[in-house]
Amino acid sequence: MRPIIKLGVPLVAAALALTACGGTSGGTAAAGSTSGGSSKTCDLKIGFFGALTGDAANLGQNIQNGVKLAVDQYNAKNADCKVAVQPYDSQGDPAVAPGLAKSAIDNKSVVGIVGPAFSGESKAADPLFNEAGLVTITPSATNPALSTNGWKTFFRVLGNDASQGPAAAKYISDTLKASKVAVVDDASEYGKGLADIVKSSLGAKVTTTDTVQTGQTDFSPTVTKIKSSGVTAVFYGGYYAEAGLLKKQMTDAGVTATLVVGDGVKDDGFIKAAGDKAAEGTIMTCPCLPADKAGGTFFADYKAAYNAEPATYSAEGFDAAKVMLDGISEGKTSRADLLAYVASYDKPGVTKTLKFDAKGEPSQVTIWAYKVTGAKIVPDQEIK
Amino acid sequence: MSFLINNFFALTASGLVLGAVYGLIALGYTLVYGVLRLINFAHSEVWMWGSFAAVWSMTAVGATSGRGIGATAAFLLLALVAAMLVSGGIALTVERVAYRRLRRLNAPPLIALISAIGASFVLSEIIGLRDRIAGWFGLDSALAKYVGGARDNTRFPNPLETSTAFSVGDYNVTNIDILVLVSAIVMMVTLDQFIRRSRLGRGIRAVAQDSESAALMGVNKDRVVQITFFLGGIMAGAASLLYLMRIGVTKYNAGFLLGVKAFTAAVLGGIGNVRGALLGGFVLGLAENYGSALIGTQWKDVVAFLLLVVILLFRPTGLLGESLGRSRA
Repeated sequence: MRPIIKLGVPLVAAALALTACGGTSGGTAAAGSTSGGSSKTCDLKIGFFGALTGDAANLGQNIQNGVKLAVDQYNAKNADCKVAVQPYDSQGDPAVAPGLAKSAIDNKSVVGIVGPAFSGESKAADPLFNEAGLVTITPSATNPALSTNGWKTFFRVLGNDASQGPAAAKYISDTLKASKVAVVDDASEYGKGLADIVKSSLGAKVTTTDTVQTGQTDFSPTVTKIKSSGVTAVFYGGYYAEAGLLKKQMTDAGVTATLVVGDGVKDDGFIKAAGDKAAEGTIMTCPCLPADKAGGTFFADYKAAYNAEPATYSAEGFDAAKVMLDGISEGKTSRADLLAYVASYDKPGVTKTLKFDAKGEPSQVTIWAYKVTGAKIVPDQEIK
Repeated sequence: MSFLINNFFALTASGLVLGAVYGLIALGYTLVYGVLRLINFAHSEVWMWGSFAAVWSMTAVGATSGRGIGATAAFLLLALVAAMLVSGGIALTVERVAYRRLRRLNAPPLIALISAIGASFVLSEIIGLRDRIAGWFGLDSALAKYVGGARDNTRFPNPLETSTAFSVGDYNVTNIDILVLVSAIVMMVTLDQFIRRSRLGRGIRAVAQDSESAALMGVNKDRVVQITFFLGGIMAGAASLLYLMRIGVTKYNAGFLLGVKAFTAAVLGGIGNVRGALLGGFVLGLAENYGSALIGTQWKDVVAFLLLVVILLFRPTGLLGESLGRSRA
C-alpha cells in the first residue's frame, strides 16, 4: 500500500495542477470580438510576446513601444475600427512561454503575434502557434535553427545569427585584427547558438572558451581564464545583464582585450551594469539599422511618442506590427487570411523591404557594428 | 589541471573575497538558527535592502570616486552605516511581523518557514515594484533617481575607484579585494568575541542552550531574539556594501542566489556556529573557483554542492559542527 500512496500523491497533485492550468488559460477566450452587424471585424488584437519584466525587460519594452506606435498610428486613421495591443509578458523565460502561447491562442480576438522576442522562448512557443495557425513575426529572435522546423507561421524581420555570427567574426579578424580570441557564452538558446557560429567562423583563432550562467554575478574564474590566455578580443554570446558585469570585472582585473558582443547586449543596461568607464570601446553587432537611418518619419514619430530615441529593435517591432496592420486594413481579419497575407507580403518597411522566403526569413539582411563611445551606443560601421 | 596550477593564486584570491561575503551573510542564518532553531529565509532580502540603502545613501549625497582619501572614507562610512541600519531594521521588522506571534503561539517550525518565505517575497517585490509604489503617492518622477528601472540592475556609485595594490604572478590584487577580505575578517572576529565575552553574548548563548532555564535565570528571551536578528542584519548590511564595492550592481532579486550560497556556507561550516560561517564561506568560495577551473565555469555550482553533500555525509553537523550555545567563554 505504502509505495502506491507515495507514487499516487504526487501524481494526483500534478493532475490537479494541470487541470487548474487548463482552466485559467481557457478563461480569457474571445472578449467581445465582433461588433454587431457591420461587415468589418473590429476590436481585433495583435499580441506582443516577450520579456516586459525580468532580467532582459529593456529589450522587450523597446520592441513593444515600436509595436504600440504602429498600432496607435493605425488607430488614428481607423478611429471607427480600432486594433489593440495585447501584451504577453514571458519574462524571457522558455518555461513560461508555452502557457502564455496557449492563452494567446485561446483568445480568439488575437489574430497575430509580434514575437516571441527571444530565441529560447520562440523554440518553446512557436510549435503551439504553428499548430493553431496563428501567425508570428519576430522582430528580434535570431537563432538560425528557428526557421528550419517547417513552422508555417514563423516569420522574422531581421537577419539571423547565421549572418550575424560570421559578421562578428569578420569584425574581430579584419577590423580588430585579433589573432587570439576567447569565446564565452551563457548557455542560452540564443547565446550559445551565436557563440558557436562565431567560434566556427573564427576557427583556429579561438584559443579559449568558457560558459557562464544567467543570473551569475561573480565571473572571477572566467576573467582569470581570459586574462591568463592573453587574448586580444573576447566574444560574449548572451544578454546585457551578465555581459555588463563580466566587462566590469574584466576591466577591474586589468584585461585589455576588446569585448565584442551580439544584439542581446545592445542596450543601455549594459553600460549601466559595467559602468561608463569599463563599458567604453565595447563592440556590439546587430542585424538592426541605426535608429536614425530608419525610413519614413519613424525616428521623429517615436521620439514624439516616448520622449526617447528608438532603441534596439524598436523599428523592427514597428515593422512587424505594420505588416499585420496592413493585412487587417485589407480585411484579412481571420487568422488563416492574415497568415496567407503575411507570407506573400512585399512592401518597404522602415528598416528594409519586407518580404519573406518560404522559411519565413527576410529577403534583405544588414548587419551593423556599434561601439560604446562616451557611455553611449553609437553606430560604428556596416559589416559587409 | 595545468590551468588550475598556473592560476592558483588568482583563483584562490578571488575565491576568498567572494567567500568572505558569503561568510558575512551566513552569520545571519547561523545566529538565528543557533538561538531559535529555525531558518530565516527572509535573510537574503535583509541583505538586499541593505544593498539598496548603500546605493541610495550614495546617490543622495552625490558620491563619486576621486575626491581624496578623507571624502572617500566618509562616503564609505556613510554607506556602511546606512546599509547596516537598514538591514538591521529590516531584520527586526521581519522578526516582529513574521515570527514573534508564531513563536508565542508555539507554532511548529514549518509554519515559521512558510512565514519567512512569504516575508521574503514581500520584501523583494517592494523593491521590484518601487516605481509603482512611489507612483501611488505621485512621487515617481520626483524620486526617479531612486525608483527608476525598478526591476533592472541598479548601479552603486562607488566612491572608491578600483586600483591595483600589488600583483602576484598574473593576478592584480586590488584595493577592494584587500578591503573586503580584511573588513570581513575583522567583523567576524568582533562578532565572535562579542558573543563569547560580552554580557549580551552570554544571554544569547544561554537562550541558545536552553531558553526556558535562561528565562528562569532572568534573561529576557524576546530581547535576546531581537538582538540576534539585529546582529545578523547588520552583518548582512556590511556584506552588502562589500559586495557592491566588488560587483557594482544590485537588483530586487539579487538576494536569492546569494542567500542560497550563504545558507550553504552556513550549513557547510556547521549551522549555529559563528566561526563555522566564515570557514564555510571560504570553503565554498574556493570550491566554486577551483571547480570551475578544473571542469568548466558552468559546473561551478555542481562542484560546490557536491562538496556540500560529501562533507555532510561524513560530518552531518558541518565542518566545525558545534552549536552556538556550546561555545563557552
